[in-house]
Amino acid sequence: MVKLLFFARLREDLGTAAEEVALPEGVATVASLRAHLMARGGAWASVLADGKALRVAVNQDMADPATPVKPGDEVAFFPPVTGG
Amino acid sequence: MPTIRIQTEDFDAGAEIAKLRAGNPKVGAIASFVGVCRDINDGESVATMTLEHYPGMTEKALAKIVDEAIARWRIIDVTVVHRVGELKPTDQIVLVVVSSGHRGDAFAACEFLMDYLKTRAPFWKKEQTPEGARWVEARGSDDEAAARWVAGRKDAA
Repeated sequence: MVKLLFFARLREDLGTAAEEVALPEGVATVASLRAHLMARGGAWASVLADGKALRVAVNQDMADPATPVKPGDEVAFFPPVTGG
Repeated sequence: MPTIRIQTEDFDAGAEIAKLRAGNPKVGAIASFVGVCRDINDGESVATMTLEHYPGMTEKALAKIVDEAIARWRIIDVTVVHRVGELKPTDQIVLVVVSSGHRGDAFAACEFLMDYLKTRAPFWKKEQTPEGARWVEARGSDDEAAARWVAGRKDAA
């Protein structure tokens, strides 16, 4: 299982802050996990679509599309940050 | 030892500065920055603002940014305080304080810390305006400000 977290605009648009998902066969990177979630359709497809300003962190470190994802990881999706 | 705090309550910049240099005769310079909530953003008046963050990652990201500053400049100590929750215009949002032997290191590290905090620490602002609530969009100018440090143009000599 992988723990998914969603913050700010993404949390609101997806209607969820956190969930646990099983990684299907072949889903082993940030890019493939994103594609797997987009395949749910509806808001998932539009909110996570390519070209949307989106950041991903794996185990609380900023990640890129090629970053590996494995069972037990915490993967967070969020918009570009706006603190300070 | 750097101090990093995420809190809902206000902070006292004077007290934090006093704490940072208390009893340390090696401190010759202290630079500080306070970010404050404005009443206008992108042409809309802001009634209140809510700051959300990613507990756990926020502290980790800030610690990493502070470590980078310590590796780059001759710094004695650093304090970073960032508020979360509901804020209104005139409220303080963020405090960065850097102590060092000389002002050059303190000024540079303080600006670097703010530039990196604004582009790498997981905070998000949502504003309540007369037109309704809206998430603040990230600014390209913040990315440019952070990128200057990567190029090394602003490094201390």
